[in-house]
Amino acid sequence: MSLRPYLPILAVAVLLAGVVSIENSNAFANGMVTAMIAALAGYGWNLLGGYGGQYSFGHAAFFGAGAYVDAILQMRYGVNAYVAFALGASAAGLVGLVVGYLAFRAGLRGSYFALITLAFAESMRVVANAASITGGAAGTLIKLDPAPANFQFQSRLPFLWIAIALVAFAMMLTRAIERRRFGAYLIAVRENEAAARALGVDALRVKLQATVISAALTGLAGALYAQYFLFVDASIAFGPGISIEALAGPIIGGLGTVFGPLVGALALHALGELARGVAGRLPGVDLALYGALLILAVAVARDGLQGLAIDVARKWRVRTA
Amino acid sequence: MRTSRNSRRDLLKSGAGLALATFAGPTYLRAETASIKIGVLQPLTGALAFDGAQGKMGADAAFKEINDGGGIKALGGAKLEMVVGDARSTPDGGVQEVERMASEGVAAIVGGFASPICLAATQAASRYDIPYLVDVGVSDQIVSRGLTNTFRFAPGFGMVSKQAIANLIKLNDGAGKPAKTVVLVHEDGLFGSGLAKLMQTELPANGFEILDTIAHPTPARDMSNIALQIRAKNPDLVIPSSYYGEFVLLARTMQQQRIRPKGIYCVLNGAASNYRFVKEFPDAAQYVMDCNHWYDPRKAAAQKLKQAVESDGKFFTYNVALNYSGVLLLADALERAASVDRKAITAAIASSNFARHIMPYGPTQFVNGQNTGAAPVNTQVQDKDIKVIFPGDFADAKPVFPVPA
Amino acid sequence: MFAPSLIAAAVVNGLTTGAVYALIALGLTLVYGVLHIINFAHGAILGAAMFAAYFAYQAGVDPYVAALPLAVVFFGLGYAVQRLVVGPASHGEDRNFLLVTLGLSIIIENLLLAAFSSDTRTIDTPYGFSTLEFAGLFLSLPKLIAFVVSCLVGAALWALLAATDTGKAIRAVAKERMGAALVGIDAAHIFAVTFGLSAACLAVAACLLLPIYYVNPRVGETYVLVAFTVVVLGGMGSIPGAMLGGLLIGVVESLSGLFFGDSLGQLGVYLIFIIVLLVRPGGIFGATA
Repeated sequence: MSLRPYLPILAVAVLLAGVVSIENSNAFANGMVTAMIAALAGYGWNLLGGYGGQYSFGHAAFFGAGAYVDAILQMRYGVNAYVAFALGASAAGLVGLVVGYLAFRAGLRGSYFALITLAFAESMRVVANAASITGGAAGTLIKLDPAPANFQFQSRLPFLWIAIALVAFAMMLTRAIERRRFGAYLIAVRENEAAARALGVDALRVKLQATVISAALTGLAGALYAQYFLFVDASIAFGPGISIEALAGPIIGGLGTVFGPLVGALALHALGELARGVAGRLPGVDLALYGALLILAVAVARDGLQGLAIDVARKWRVRTA
Repeated sequence: MRTSRNSRRDLLKSGAGLALATFAGPTYLRAETASIKIGVLQPLTGALAFDGAQGKMGADAAFKEINDGGGIKALGGAKLEMVVGDARSTPDGGVQEVERMASEGVAAIVGGFASPICLAATQAASRYDIPYLVDVGVSDQIVSRGLTNTFRFAPGFGMVSKQAIANLIKLNDGAGKPAKTVVLVHEDGLFGSGLAKLMQTELPANGFEILDTIAHPTPARDMSNIALQIRAKNPDLVIPSSYYGEFVLLARTMQQQRIRPKGIYCVLNGAASNYRFVKEFPDAAQYVMDCNHWYDPRKAAAQKLKQAVESDGKFFTYNVALNYSGVLLLADALERAASVDRKAITAAIASSNFARHIMPYGPTQFVNGQNTGAAPVNTQVQDKDIKVIFPGDFADAKPVFPVPA
Repeated sequence: MFAPSLIAAAVVNGLTTGAVYALIALGLTLVYGVLHIINFAHGAILGAAMFAAYFAYQAGVDPYVAALPLAVVFFGLGYAVQRLVVGPASHGEDRNFLLVTLGLSIIIENLLLAAFSSDTRTIDTPYGFSTLEFAGLFLSLPKLIAFVVSCLVGAALWALLAATDTGKAIRAVAKERMGAALVGIDAAHIFAVTFGLSAACLAVAACLLLPIYYVNPRVGETYVLVAFTVVVLGGMGSIPGAMLGGLLIGVVESLSGLFFGDSLGQLGVYLIFIIVLLVRPGGIFGATA
């Protein structure tokens, strides 16, 4: 297996890690962790939405599953933090399997698929808010005990490196899928499911696999959130906010691309910081800008910021050739 | 030509030198502080924007008062400088702002408002040993994690619930025990559910009979079914613990349908001790009781602040009073510590015995970060005004209970 | 367990609440039927309409009186938004519509937040909580009015689609976009008209809701998912379906709230939603998806 296609990814990851290590500001590091968590969730969404063409409006279901399982296993069953982390992602994948199976078996797509994922996320929120295993409305608090063995660190940096590593992993996974038959099938199903079926592609299986991986990645982001902030409750875990964040990054950065979700998450994060400073005390203006960007991205920059950048680079090269 | 080039070079050199000096110069405070930075963290945008603005209003008033009064005398009259943080109504937003405040060198932080925000922000602040004074956040978990930097001035949820039940019993006994049967109505969030659970064990143990426990979401699309159920059960007492919108709906429905229990005894209710509700719906609000955070009506400073806020066209909500008091408490700690060192301030808060706040608490006494003197009080809406009816030490009116038919 | 009178009252309550759901869902199902997209900004538009009604009240205009003028205003707004923003941005692709309307909902909700802050406001109309006594049941007057008006609006919309030229054009575009364009129907105009009608329905619904509810920037969110459920249950694109679906959901919600508590009762609505989507996505009256 040649390493060449993955080199750009590794380069970006190393660059990121380098920048954050040099920039000796904790505020910056914290902001980057948040951005990386969003990016990771976005990579999950991107697989199903960008490559698979199935827009989920309820990815919070997977995020929350990862977060809660990670927290509950540690707090109620004394499971080791790293094991709980991995199990959180797996649990999310399982939820993805269930949701995907139900939805795709019933032939749902487009608006219907978006709606049903939304309904699942909302249902989980109601249940998590009421059930006692999740701590009910009070949520679950992970005990503060900074030690590498507990997957908690005194300094922000180790978290950040781990987050960047996970994002790099997500990027490499995406690229690997792109290059394999599975990726081709997925895109074929996205472009024309009937034709793909006619060519012998098992559409249901392909979509299911995509959903499971997608859910596991987003679940990973959820578990990371839980480990970093040490508190999960129903609206943090399953609320619409995270569902929107998961899709905004890939769309703005570049749908169905390897770097899109990262670019999008960083751009949105930067925008948030900028808007906070500029818009001053007008509540909601920065979020309104999110929405405007989303519309602009769809309207103007079909391939997101990445596409725009490539377009510009191409035109510039043509001009200087 | 040569001269000008040289002088230009010199100018550049000196300019560069100046710039370098500015950037390389120390960014932390020097020994003779011109101002002390205090972080005020509130959810100024997002779903809790209104409450955040109220909290900041209280902090603003306290900052002004202290600075106009000559600043922190023990530190040479140094003024307080507010570093405002917008938590964006999310815990991660709160953490980001704490990080920023830490990098700006704040001596202490006050605020947070919502429990999830407080939980995350206090933890983030503990990394830098920044003393953090929680304004409202009632979750008991906030002060039970062993974080030495975290303090809470107001009572937590456990304390409020216990006090609410104890006060109810006293109120009932004092009126000749007119109430026996109860219907609980609660929002399904942190304090609503927790309160209901507590009530379900404590009330029967004290001679009350719970006829029904009705949970509702926030937002709830319809409260009329709940009113129907209350009418069907016909309890002596209704105990609602809800947010503003839902309680207003319920109260108005009950008023119109002439559902009149002997008393409506709210706990941590969003509307029952809210001047907006009383002003807009005096008939529905009449005689409604609440057990909630409230200011001390006997203190002149409280009345003065209330008047100032109301003359500005705003409502005097409890978190205005709490944040105002919190900043005053911090100023007191600064005076006693006579230093901007975070650990010194933390020690000063922990050992404080501060009485010049406007809450009905008595002098502060922190144990494991919780102000043990803090307690809620009982209020009742009487003739378009909110009066404190219990405990007697702070009361400015007598309870009307049972409610006249 | 519950007295029959309580159940009867809950059913009546559910019917009147359901009528409002139906009215809210009417616009949504129309937009889906014609544009074949779920308008995710539906709830946000309702929120904006409720604020408009609130400020109309502050200016001295009773919500019931304001309903018609606001409907006209919101028709215009809806028309403009579709013609100038949603349509062009989506490039005609259904998938893009989803995202554009989502973006729109974020913008509207947050602009409302920026303009009016997050606190909850209520109005006090003399009839706001009036009741009529009938057969031992206390019927809420404004809810009854909402019920009647919803049915009227539903009927009017139905008549519009059946009898008028515009209505026929709408039905033509819904059935066969290309064919309609070939016979000279301006599809973009029809899309915009549909969007406008949807917003107008929401304006009326807002005026009916305001006296019996409250308004804050997130109030639209509250009704969005129910509206979707009604539309899916009744069949996307079917007006009688939306009316019946609304009533049914209202009753189910009311009864499950009674039996399981309003908190878990929410699950009842979501479960219906999920089950209908899985088993019969076409809904009661719609064709299979």
